[in-house]
Order: sequence, then C-alpha cells, then structure tokens
Amino acid sequence: MSTTSSLFGMLQLVIRRDMTLAMRRRADVLTTLIFFVMVVSLFPLGVGPEMDMLRKIAPGVLWVAALLASMLSLGRLFSADHQDGTLEQLMLTPQPLAVIVLGKIIAHWMLSGLPLVLIAPVLGIQFDMSVETLGILILGLLLGTPVLSMIGAIGAALTLGLRGGGVLLSLLVLPLCIPILIFGTGAVDAVATGLNPASHLSLLGALLVLALVFAPWVTAQALRISME
Amino acid sequence: MALHHGAAFDTGIVYNARPFKYRILQMLEVSNLACSRGDHRLFSGLSFTLRPGEIMQVQGENGSGKTTLLRTLCGFVSADEGGIAWNGAPVASLGEGFHAEMLYLGHLNAIKDDLSGLENLKISAALSGQVLTDATVKTVLRRLGLKGRELLPCKVLSQGQRRRVALARLLVSEARLWVLDEPLAALDVRAVGLIQDLIAEHLSRGGMAIFTTHQPLQVDGMEVRTLALS
Repeated sequence: MSTTSSLFGMLQLVIRRDMTLAMRRRADVLTTLIFFVMVVSLFPLGVGPEMDMLRKIAPGVLWVAALLASMLSLGRLFSADHQDGTLEQLMLTPQPLAVIVLGKIIAHWMLSGLPLVLIAPVLGIQFDMSVETLGILILGLLLGTPVLSMIGAIGAALTLGLRGGGVLLSLLVLPLCIPILIFGTGAVDAVATGLNPASHLSLLGALLVLALVFAPWVTAQALRISME
Repeated sequence: MALHHGAAFDTGIVYNARPFKYRILQMLEVSNLACSRGDHRLFSGLSFTLRPGEIMQVQGENGSGKTTLLRTLCGFVSADEGGIAWNGAPVASLGEGFHAEMLYLGHLNAIKDDLSGLENLKISAALSGQVLTDATVKTVLRRLGLKGRELLPCKVLSQGQRRRVALARLLVSEARLWVLDEPLAALDVRAVGLIQDLIAEHLSRGGMAIFTTHQPLQVDGMEVRTLALS
C-alpha cells in the first residue's frame, strides 16, 4: 500500500508540499512575521513609555496585530494554486477534498500562525508583560491562531479568483474572528487581574475543535463553488 | 508500435505496460448533457459513449464549449441537464472514486514554477496515489527530452518544456480515462509524435481518451471519433 493511499498519508503529503513551496519563497513567510513585529512595536513608540498603560493594552495590541498579520497571507492560501492550475489537480485526487484543504490549512498555520506565537513573548517584553500573562498569551495564541487560519480559509475559498478579493476577504473574515479576539485577550486580562483564565481558554479550545470539524468541509464546498 | 521517436526520446522504456487491474467492461456515458455559461447556452442534448480503446476529439470554434465539456466531465462545472455515468453509475455518486480512474490535463500546466520537473512529477503522481522513485521520474523526463533539466526550477524552462513536464504525467498515469484539453499546445513536432504514441499505447491497453485540439492528431491504427459542438 502506498503512503498516499491513506487519508493521513495524503494530509502529510499536502503539508510537505506546501512547506517545500514556502521554503522556496521565504520572503512571503517573512513578510507576515515582520508585519506583526512592526505593528506591535509601533504601539510603545506611539503611546509613550507609561508602563501601566502599556501593560493594559498589550494583549489587545498583540492579538489585533496577529489577526491582521494572518489576513496578509490568507490571499495566497489558494490563489497561487488556482493560477497555475494545480488546484484543479488537487481537487481531482482520489481522497476527499476536505483532507487536502485541512493539509493546506495546517501548512498555512505552521508558516504564518506558529511564527507569530513563537515571537510573541519577545514582543510582550516591550509592553512589560509579566511571565504569567505572557504564558497565557502564548497559550491563547496557540489555540486561537489555527482558528484564524481555518476561518480565513473559508473566506479565501469564497473570494478565489475575484477582483479585489483581498479587501473583500478581510471584510468577510475579520468580523468572524471577533470571538477569538475577545476570548484571547480576555484570558490575558483575567490573569492580569488575578482571575482564572481557564474559562476563556476552554472557549478558545472549543472554537478550535468546532473549526477543525467544520472549516475544512465548508472550505471544500466553497472551493467547488469558486471553481465553476 | 513505434515508441522511439528520434534521439531525444531514446530510452524507449514503456512505463504503462502493465494492464489495468479490471478487465470488465468500463465505459463513460454522457446522456442529454446541457451546459451554459451565464445566460449563454453552450450546448444541449449532447449524448455519447466512450468504450475501452476508443478516442474522441471534441471539435468546435473558440467559445463553443469544448473546455466546458471537459471540465463538466471532471466535475468542476455542474451540468444544467443530463448526466454523466461511469460504468453505469452517475459520476456524482462516485465522488473521489471516479478521480482515481481519470486523468485531467487542462489549459494550465499545473506545475509549480518554484519546483523542479522532478519534484513536480513526484508530487503530482503522489497526489494521485502513486509513489515514484527519483530514478523512474528521471527516466520519464528524459524520454520527454528534458535530460539534464530534471533538477532545474520550472520557471527557467521554456513554455514547451513546461508543457512536457505536465505531459510527463501521461507516462506514469494508471488512469483509465484521459481528459486532455489542448494537449499539443506549445509542443514541437517531435513531442507531438511522442504524445500520439502515448495515446496509442494507452488505447491499446483498453484506455479511453477524450481531447480537444486545433492541431491534427493521428493515432496509429485507431479511428478518432469526433464530436462537433456548434
């Protein structure tokens, strides 16, 4: 039995494929990360060195910046494959399209979400965040950024091939990301005020599970509609 | 069957030589198919059957719906009326199972510019469930006249060479039905000869092919049926 005849084998193949492609175009990956670093770093400069103020705005700034940064790379999720025709071939594989889509989403998160999670603690120091708040911030981002990729994938599939799709994509996806923003920043705020962040994190976890179940399937349907 | 076609394709190895797993009668049936783009009706009442060893050319002017017909067969476009059946079962109900039986080659080459010919072919074969070794892929690309260019990123290749990388999928495909949209575009005489041989080889093993082209395509010893769209 060949490795790609199973669902898991196909998932691995798609992730590996997208990672290889991204490594050939490192600039695209770096753009997202540098955008995130820049936006977050502008706030302490703009707001001024008042520690209380900075500590207060830190979770919101980091989360909003992560949200915007993840929008940047969403447009490329399917459009590159659409332009050179490889998306058609991906849709004709003997495995369900949702599996292919899930693979692409996971690769997208590893390239655009995970780097943000890893660099967030360093940026948090600029805002004088404590170790506990930083820990919860990272945990929240770890749970929340995959959901951003998944919701984004639905939008990216729906706006595929449209003119001005990039702006439309942001308008479509950003409102849907509001719950993640609320729970993500809520968890950090809870720790900062001495409360238990577990409820916020549980809700983020629940959103992640929900997205994991439905997003690949919905994205697959959206892709089929866009390909007509 | 002439497999050697000039010095560029001198390996002469037949990769598709193994017979298909199932020898039971398989066929593609299209009945009363109608498609439109927007408000414009492209064709209607289209019916035909394709049996093992048969090849059909879809003819028609630009914009007559040739590509739409092929894309409908692949399931990208949904038909307004009528149905497509594979071995008697509606294609829609077969889902991914039908994908394993067919190979589609579109206008676009479906190759990644950043990847080499070798990587492109390995990935596209893996996506259809085949694991190829580097040695096999290299021999295939050499047969298509891409010797020494297997490891170059496809963006530095010429249009015709990129088309050859895309067509390399035909050499390794185990699909029974080939759906080819303008397979000969951008190819030189020698490559056209090779593609004709590949199609003849495919048909002689009980394969089926439906294609569009604006160039004449002769398949040795086979009658090419035509389907005219107006």
